[in-house]
Amino acid sequence: MHRTGALYGQFNTLEQQKDTASLGMWIFLVTEVMFFGGIMLAYAINRHTYFHAFAVGSNTLSIQLGTINTGVLLASSFTMAMAVWSAQTGKQKLIPMFLTLTILLGFIFFGVKYVEYAQKFHHHLVPGRNFDITYCVNNPEKCEDIDAKDLNIERNEIEEAMQADPDLNAHAQLYYSAYFGMTGLHALHMVIGAGLLIWLLRGSLAGRFTPEWNTPVDIVGLYWHFVDIVWIYLFPLLYLIDRHK
Amino acid sequence: MSEHEHSEHIVPPGIYLAIIITLMVLTTVTVAAAFVNLGRLNIVVALTIATVKATLVVLFFMHAKYSPKRTKLVIMAGIFWLAILLFMTLSDYVSRIDYRGVRFPISQNYSLSHSPRS
Repeated sequence: MHRTGALYGQFNTLEQQKDTASLGMWIFLVTEVMFFGGIMLAYAINRHTYFHAFAVGSNTLSIQLGTINTGVLLASSFTMAMAVWSAQTGKQKLIPMFLTLTILLGFIFFGVKYVEYAQKFHHHLVPGRNFDITYCVNNPEKCEDIDAKDLNIERNEIEEAMQADPDLNAHAQLYYSAYFGMTGLHALHMVIGAGLLIWLLRGSLAGRFTPEWNTPVDIVGLYWHFVDIVWIYLFPLLYLIDRHK
Repeated sequence: MSEHEHSEHIVPPGIYLAIIITLMVLTTVTVAAAFVNLGRLNIVVALTIATVKATLVVLFFMHAKYSPKRTKLVIMAGIFWLAILLFMTLSDYVSRIDYRGVRFPISQNYSLSHSPRS
């Protein structure tokens, strides 16, 4: 089915038709805000209740990888905005270029995420029977990707936290369940976004988007930026709060 | 057609460039601030910077600044509902006292094995 810039009967102008489409997308995004908002609220309550375990958990995440991914995702939002601009101004060659860049940055994000998840599996930080928050502290030879200085700080932190919370390991699992749940749902949204971008890329190569009609580019852009916003909040919540001081 | 072209606001690439540079700078600032001990203020600083970043994305990348009032109303309604969700629930949790008369959060000798189920 190919839709073009045709004006449907229920609208007076193309502008009204386009505004209606983007309003619909915004209403969907508001439901997504409530979806992620509920999850972040659950995280906040658990963090409030088990703050020792959550602080230790935060410090076992790699801030380098998190920062790189934040930069990559922000850059992809920029290239997406430029893709929308190219469509609005009728720069036919630039639309697929910017879309490709956006997809590429999205895949770099997945790559970094893969490295991060793999590291958590190796460090016994995946919730389940083998979860052990003290694994790296007790087996430093198996965690060579963490430098000795950081491991020392971690050891002190864990010992201190154990004093206040004897069930630290169980509560640190809650932190990691939240980590995998939140970043996993975010990544799922990005997979859907990448699929939509590939679909847009095909359309743009066929020259389907013009200054008169570029609604799909605009709408997918809104979705992609929203996913970026979710990460803007996940990054401080998971990585930044309670760093080693 | 020409009527449509005139009414749509096109944000120039220069603005997008300025926004992305600001976002990158704010990311650096928030990472640096995380290593400074501000006590309870660390959370406030981190989330304030995140909110500034999110606002820039919504206003410029998502064109909310140039959207019709109707769209702005939907966005504000969404934020308002989120605020109700967060504020009402958190104000309940932070003021709660558990079944043993201990105020949340429980920092001393709290264990899952103390729960009434076991």
